Amino acid sequence: MSAALLAAATQTVTTSTAEEVLFWCLAPVMVIAALGLIFARKAVHAAMSVIVVMISLAFLYVAQDAPFLGVVQVVVYTGAVMMLFVFVLMLIGVDASDSLVETIKAQRWIGWIAGIGLGIVLVGVVTRATYPSMTGLATANADSNPVAVAKVIFGDFVFTFEVVGALLVTAALGALVLTHRQRLTPRIGQKERADARVAAGGSLTPLPAPGVYARHNALDVPALDHLGRPLEESVSRVLRIRGQELGVEQFQAPALPSATQTPTLEPGTEDQA
Amino acid sequence: MSLTNYLVLASVLFTIGATTVLLRRNAIIVFMGVELMLNATNLVLVTFSRMHGNLTGQVMAFFVMVVAAAEVVIGLAIIVSIFRTRRSASVDDVNLLKS
Repeated sequence: MSAALLAAATQTVTTSTAEEVLFWCLAPVMVIAALGLIFARKAVHAAMSVIVVMISLAFLYVAQDAPFLGVVQVVVYTGAVMMLFVFVLMLIGVDASDSLVETIKAQRWIGWIAGIGLGIVLVGVVTRATYPSMTGLATANADSNPVAVAKVIFGDFVFTFEVVGALLVTAALGALVLTHRQRLTPRIGQKERADARVAAGGSLTPLPAPGVYARHNALDVPALDHLGRPLEESVSRVLRIRGQELGVEQFQAPALPSATQTPTLEPGTEDQA
Repeated sequence: MSLTNYLVLASVLFTIGATTVLLRRNAIIVFMGVELMLNATNLVLVTFSRMHGNLTGQVMAFFVMVVAAAEVVIGLAIIVSIFRTRRSASVDDVNLLKS
């Protein structure tokens, strides 16, 4: 293994022109998009610029012989993490804008100075450091990048992998617990609604339709019950209040011989009434 | 093109992320700044992995991604629960301990 590494190290590996072009196309876009995070007024715009940065990073990973990480970057970061961000943005209000009240005095200027200072220090250190000549991943990626990465993950880092799995399960449970909302009042479902209606003494069934078995089939004519008596509540409440209901008496069935018979109805249709 | 360009780009991205955390008040945007910093570190890891011809750097970046996913889940859950109780997503409004 070390012999192969040494052999690879002796070769002069350089970046291709295509990669250079890709880098110089993507790097300004990424920096501008990242600056959008600082300057964007709306949180959604900031989220979109972060998505731009992350997708560009995926391109750079693929260009740097890490196609597996490039795919994971798109799937995990752009697909899952940023989706989650946008989802939460929708949940807690898109237009939640920044307050301009300074709780710490001159925090804005201190923040700017600290940020610029950090940038100068980082860039200065990175540019002035001496690096070994590039080895390249041609030997390490001999049997495709995902296979080689899998060999490292499930070889040297298998315990870390297990711990990370436990961490993910814990995080999922934690999110469930944190966003769990305790129900303070009992849930009102269909059964509870029906019970309340029975307790209130209202009508359990739908009201009869107007005009049923009456001599006129019209909205303002009350229906007749099985004894031939008109049903007041079958006419729309609005018509009753307005007084536009036709008189009950003129549509009443003719004189009933007895209270148990229904002279106006056929015996067969009595069941349906 | 030397690989230092990638490192400079990563440094710039990290700086922008850190400045975002320092300057913005919206908790979600602050959180996105943290994510930007993690991404910049990943770029450094991938670049060094290529520089040394060793895939351990890529595996580290992979673990960083997984941990970042877990962190995002918990962080956003905390932000949502704070928003439910305080009706605000600003980091300045969470000041119950300051009396």
